[in-house]
Amino acid sequence: MLDLLEDFLAELRAGGLPVAVREAIDAAEAVREIGFRDRDSLRSALAATLVKSPDHRALFLSSFEIYFSPRRLGTGTAEVSSEDLPGSAPGGPGGEEREGAGSAIDPAELGEIARDALRSGQLAALETTARLAVAFYAGIEASRPVGVSYYLHRTLRALELDTLVTNVLAEGPDGGSGADPLGERLRAEEITARAARLRDLVEAEIRRLLVEAKGAAWVGRSLRRPLIDDIDFVAATREELAEMRRAIDPLARVLASRLARRRRHRRRGPLDFRATIRRSLSTGGVPLEPRFKPPHPSRPEIFVLADVSGSVAAFARFTVHLVYAISAQFSKVRSAVFIDDVDEVTDLFRSGSLAEAIERIASEAHVVSGDGHSDYGAALRGFAARYANELNGRTNLIILGDARNNYHLAEAAILADLQKRAHRVLWLNPEPRAYWGSGDSIIEVYAPYCDGVFECRNLGQLKAFVDELV
Amino acid sequence: MTDGSARFSSPDDIAARLSGVGYLADSDIATAVYLADRLEKPVLVEGPAGTGKTELAKSVATALGSRLIRLQCYEGLDEAKVLYEWNYRKQLLRIQVERTSREEEASDWRDIEADIFSEEFLLERPLLQAIRAPDPVVLLVDEIDRVEIETEALLLEVLSDYQVSIPELGTVRAKQIPLVFLTSNGTRELSEALKRRCLYLYLDFPSLERERAIVIERVPGIAGDLADEIVRVVRLLRGLDLKKHPSISETLDWARTLVLLGVEHADAETTSETLNLLLKFKADIDVASKELATLSRS
Repeated sequence: MLDLLEDFLAELRAGGLPVAVREAIDAAEAVREIGFRDRDSLRSALAATLVKSPDHRALFLSSFEIYFSPRRLGTGTAEVSSEDLPGSAPGGPGGEEREGAGSAIDPAELGEIARDALRSGQLAALETTARLAVAFYAGIEASRPVGVSYYLHRTLRALELDTLVTNVLAEGPDGGSGADPLGERLRAEEITARAARLRDLVEAEIRRLLVEAKGAAWVGRSLRRPLIDDIDFVAATREELAEMRRAIDPLARVLASRLARRRRHRRRGPLDFRATIRRSLSTGGVPLEPRFKPPHPSRPEIFVLADVSGSVAAFARFTVHLVYAISAQFSKVRSAVFIDDVDEVTDLFRSGSLAEAIERIASEAHVVSGDGHSDYGAALRGFAARYANELNGRTNLIILGDARNNYHLAEAAILADLQKRAHRVLWLNPEPRAYWGSGDSIIEVYAPYCDGVFECRNLGQLKAFVDELV
Repeated sequence: MTDGSARFSSPDDIAARLSGVGYLADSDIATAVYLADRLEKPVLVEGPAGTGKTELAKSVATALGSRLIRLQCYEGLDEAKVLYEWNYRKQLLRIQVERTSREEEASDWRDIEADIFSEEFLLERPLLQAIRAPDPVVLLVDEIDRVEIETEALLLEVLSDYQVSIPELGTVRAKQIPLVFLTSNGTRELSEALKRRCLYLYLDFPSLERERAIVIERVPGIAGDLADEIVRVVRLLRGLDLKKHPSISETLDWARTLVLLGVEHADAETTSETLNLLLKFKADIDVASKELATLSRS
């Protein structure tokens, strides 16, 4: 069993979760106290000793399911172990009298079972449905090199889960008293939650079968996903983007409070000559203890100039979101967006929620006047003509974009002029550093006129940058 | 490490005893408390505000019948407020009395020193109190994310060895290992060292079933149906894009109010009238009202 724990720790480390030696020892001690008998307690004990951040919990849970499945722990119920190898006759025991052993049930029947499960919401019913669906639709073959997500997708598509949910919703509440719209909405919410539950159960079932067929290490490897901080902005899937959006508000809070704290505790200001002399009178005119003026709280001004063309829009959105979420730390935040023409969007952020404003940028800002491909030269020209006079010695000009100019004019001289006017010009590039300067990327042309060019591909790097900024 | 002084016999025992004092613990909570006792390690409890972090420590103390020693953290908290301080005024007074009473014979400074740096003049602060307590106490260090790194390091040092050295008195070792809870709202990232040293418990918003059980447990006289509706509405609100989602304590406030108002059925209208109990930002109330309004119209 200790070997199992060791493999599990290796899996966590491989997934990017830092496990210190101290924590590994703690985990082993915790397991000694708790034992392997009770799976829930075991999971809780390992979580308490190993997972020290909510971001790591998802990785922990999925690895736990792989390595400590009920069967491997030897606590599997008769129900589970009576089920046979994947690919053989469909249907688990589940207690469903409709299906004869070994005979295939037809899709309509399975659909009815699933609908019933969604209506009742009972765990046992959902579990049965999941088991049947996987046996019937997934068609797991040990020889194929495809992972859990493939089979999951395949099963759910065949099961038509979305249609089932719509069907059940359309039936209306079983009680009859469906007049209250709030009640109706709550019911919809509940059914959706049950469907999500069913999806999780299907996934668990597939995972279980795959672990049996191919071993835990293989499944662990196939399921490995980068942690939220390391996901590439440009390559993120829709779910990942949604997850990142959710992560950004707490992140902004943490950053804001840290920045405020640092500002308050930054060491003193310049020497206060008068106070030092006054104080030296008590030591016979010898200035033993110098006095300092209280620090001058200078907050930087921020002007964000963001490329919002398709290729980097997601990145720009995140960065603008984060900058505005901590705007209290800056004396002034303005922003302009461009594709091949530039438009200020500061006003959009004045009213309403941040998320809404960011959505509105896409529809309301006037950013295209040419062919609709990024044109950094034109953007800089437009920007300098309109806003150059408003940059001052405290302005941090932050340019967001990949500097892929589609072979337009670079106009680096304008950037040089902007750099002279502003306090700093910082460039955040969402592309991997290795690609800089390849093809139509002209970041190298602009770099000499920036005070800093940063690779900023994921939340982790963005966090580090904002931290530096203040 | 584990002698006969264990406070609990199993995680289930903890869950049972906590539910006896009105705190419903799930497997994660019960196991973390159990391990804290067995492995003699502090528990770091993190999670959104109002999910029962402080309440957990209080309930554990009540369930054990132990004293709860609480250290509320704030910015600028220093050693003198955490560990101990000498009672300077009393010491001064003591020296003056010495002078006037023994005017003629020159008193030995060493005697005075030994005298004024003794127990009598020591002001115990929470951490030292918890360590010197003869009885098994529960120590709650609340909102540890508010203190500076230096104070955090001090806490860490004391909590890893359970001993404090006072130059004038020598080293004070713990007579018993207190059960320690540290809570954090996550306003800053705590140091890796602290996290390594602690067991970690993340208290998130509870599942539908657990929250319903909590409402029934904590709100006397509430009907099962109403409790059901309440937790569902709260879940709906937590699904919206809000600045601050309603916490358990706000759910409970709302449930109590509805019971007091004699409401039997939480429909869209009642909910929008009492939204200010659940949501504490105007922008959030606007978002939720809009959502509820679309429902009543449809």
